[in-house]
Amino acid sequence: MVDKCLPLREAIAMYVHDGMSVAIEGFTSFISFAAGHEIIRQRRRDLTLIRMTPDLIYDQMIAAGVARKMVFSYMGNPGVGPLHCLRRAVEKGMPVPLALEEYSHYGLVARYMAGATRLPFYPLRSYLGSEMPLVNDQIKFIESPYGGEKVAVVPPLNPDIAILHAQRADVQGNTQLWGLLGVQKEVAFAARKVIIVAEEIVDEAVIRADPNRTIIPGLIVDAVVHVPYGAHPSYVQGYYDRDNAFYIMWDELSRDPQKVHDWLDEWVYGVADHAEYLQKLGTETLERIQPGSASAAAIEYGAYR
Amino acid sequence: MSERMTQPERGYTPSEFMIVVAARALVGVRTVFVGVGLPNIACNLARHTVAPDLELIYESGVYGAQPARLPLSIGDPTLVTGATSVISMADLFGLYLQRGLVEVALLGGAQIDRFGNLNTSVIGSYAHPKTRLPGSGGACEIAINAQRAFYIMQLKKRAFVQQLDFLTSPGHLTGGDARQALGIPGQGPELVITDMAMFNFENAEREMQLVSLYPEVTLEQVQAEIGWQVRLAESISEAIPPTDGELELIRVRLDPGGMYSR
Repeated sequence: MVDKCLPLREAIAMYVHDGMSVAIEGFTSFISFAAGHEIIRQRRRDLTLIRMTPDLIYDQMIAAGVARKMVFSYMGNPGVGPLHCLRRAVEKGMPVPLALEEYSHYGLVARYMAGATRLPFYPLRSYLGSEMPLVNDQIKFIESPYGGEKVAVVPPLNPDIAILHAQRADVQGNTQLWGLLGVQKEVAFAARKVIIVAEEIVDEAVIRADPNRTIIPGLIVDAVVHVPYGAHPSYVQGYYDRDNAFYIMWDELSRDPQKVHDWLDEWVYGVADHAEYLQKLGTETLERIQPGSASAAAIEYGAYR
Repeated sequence: MSERMTQPERGYTPSEFMIVVAARALVGVRTVFVGVGLPNIACNLARHTVAPDLELIYESGVYGAQPARLPLSIGDPTLVTGATSVISMADLFGLYLQRGLVEVALLGGAQIDRFGNLNTSVIGSYAHPKTRLPGSGGACEIAINAQRAFYIMQLKKRAFVQQLDFLTSPGHLTGGDARQALGIPGQGPELVITDMAMFNFENAEREMQLVSLYPEVTLEQVQAEIGWQVRLAESISEAIPPTDGELELIRVRLDPGGMYSR
């Protein structure tokens, strides 16, 4: 049995290199801010950042100058407003110009599915009548070989590396998550390398006791990193809530590039790792985002000997 | 805008009126695709009033949500806990939306034109935008695959435009049967619910037409916020104001902080 556990610093140093395409996925939840911050700290450059919803993490990474290009389907501070750093990059080329490759949600999901299943394209019912195909030549239409109908197609997307947060994994990378599944499974199978960041590292027996919940098999996982609260200020179902005060604070702070610079200095470059970030954040914040309990009934798999 | 926003003598805000009108439009509907903010409150209000069997579907992968608090976004964990089913986004878009299981989509946008086409991408040119907007999210395929679409947005001249800066999500395109001719499965926009009036598309041209004015709002005030000569339905009714029961549900249960409805 291979133990794939690494400290986050080593995992990023080993698997994320300048010029790579990187997908840190997770729809509103499971967003590995810890990994994003470590990429900033290690001063990676010229990355292509891929995410359906860039969220605050890519706003911060792009402000820090790690990326040249972004592939996305919705850029907003969820439920709060625009992403100001991203808008500065797109509208004014600050701090560096950012190329965009834009899809609708299902279009990007479909790209991951083509990538995951090693198909040359994936068909979907979207884009008819929309101007999106006019600004992204990767979106095309084909006629169904089974009769006349026009359907949109998108090509496979195979990120060099996917970084995915989850509730728990074993040391081999067998990963269980519940809550908003997003595209975690699809991007894991699509990517060339996979880093799992987990709230808890559990015994293999815990995984085997509930195999239906294993979304990503260790077979396709390269590194496993244990980072409790690693998705803060986003959330992990059942473990902690979104730190909405942070999302609102970021809306205000990120309007000013100098304040973003100062924030990165203090909270990213100024701390050694996520443990130090949490210490700085304080227990009061972590207590504030603890949810109440709502547990599922245990299910019976049966013992068949 | 500011004078429209505060009308305490009426006992309700224009946003509350919008929410109530949208909720009532969902009468008898079984499945609705919900956007965050006003649509979210409207759908939850409908579930507590005119559409008790309404299943809320969120693009984050939730079917049959029963949120215990006002969701902060369409990815809020309160949508997961207590839902009927939580699935991947591939399954949500493929098995629910594309399969045709979404009866109504309740959407908003930055710009809308007279045929109900929506822009949520850019203000200005795409290559050099004056304002970069969020983009499609799921809106493009939702507008294409939902059986019917209701739009909810504030009536403002900069939103109701003669010419979109970018067409993100198709409505009735150039009007008439243009949408069907292109092979788009859903029926397209049916209602536009605003804070001053309501519009539908019930004419051969599939052009937005005024069908309902809110109390004390004049035709002139509505026209002043629309970038083209607005078409009038054969008869224009006056909308029924929010009832005390509806207002209490919004204020006490659905949006106690008044985040979206004040």
